Amino acid sequence: MNLLRRKFLKTATYIGATTAAIGSGVLLPQRVLGAYNEAAFAAKDVNGALTASMGSDQYTASDAIKLKAPDIAENGAVVPVTVSSTLSNVEAISIIAAANVSPLTSSYQLSPACEAFVSTRIKMGKTADVVAVVKADGKLYSASKEVKVTIGGCGG
Amino acid sequence: MASIKIRAKVKNGLTTVKTLMSHPMETGLRKDKKTGEKIPANHITEVTAEHKGNVIMTANWGGAISKNPYLSFKFKGAASGDMIKITWVDNTGKGDSAEAAIK
Repeated sequence: MNLLRRKFLKTATYIGATTAAIGSGVLLPQRVLGAYNEAAFAAKDVNGALTASMGSDQYTASDAIKLKAPDIAENGAVVPVTVSSTLSNVEAISIIAAANVSPLTSSYQLSPACEAFVSTRIKMGKTADVVAVVKADGKLYSASKEVKVTIGGCGG
Repeated sequence: MASIKIRAKVKNGLTTVKTLMSHPMETGLRKDKKTGEKIPANHITEVTAEHKGNVIMTANWGGAISKNPYLSFKFKGAASGDMIKITWVDNTGKGDSAEAAIK
């Protein structure tokens, strides 16, 4: 009981502190060269992250996307995720952990030579939907799966 | 500094590339348990894969990729013996790249 309360308070202060810091511009990530999309990773909600990374937050669920992730992740710091798709002309793939402080974990720009396949390991703060968003022919398609996290991998 | 391991294999015209990078991948949200101070963010922001000078794939990463990241992808058009080059850059401006032959 006590532990839970501590954890809650801790999380609450984290979120408060980060929001305040970003608001005042203190915590803005350092500028980097290239096409790195800062706004997308700074976004605090799924739609904001999608608009910044994929150009739109309108997506339709699709059976043509396969998202492989564990049902239960014992350690949220390492959650293996594999996205593949049978859609043609796939240009980009984004992987989103809906409940993370910044939901966008990663996005991949694929050249035409690439298969629609990406596999990596992500961190998850708590139990949430993992959403794979695939951009094909300029449209966004998605597949999602809930992953239960027993130990969070972000913060604390 | 060899911070990147690459395994690439071609089968039926399709090359599967698997890479492991060694990097702490700090999100910038974690606190040092002893001092209570925030550990500054230090994570890879961009990974590029090149084959014969062409960029095959670019990955943009936030802090939510696991420590010592693993990445796998597939592409067409490479032959056995070709070189594949992987480069990463992190948010502190550091970077590394490595090349490996496709088997």
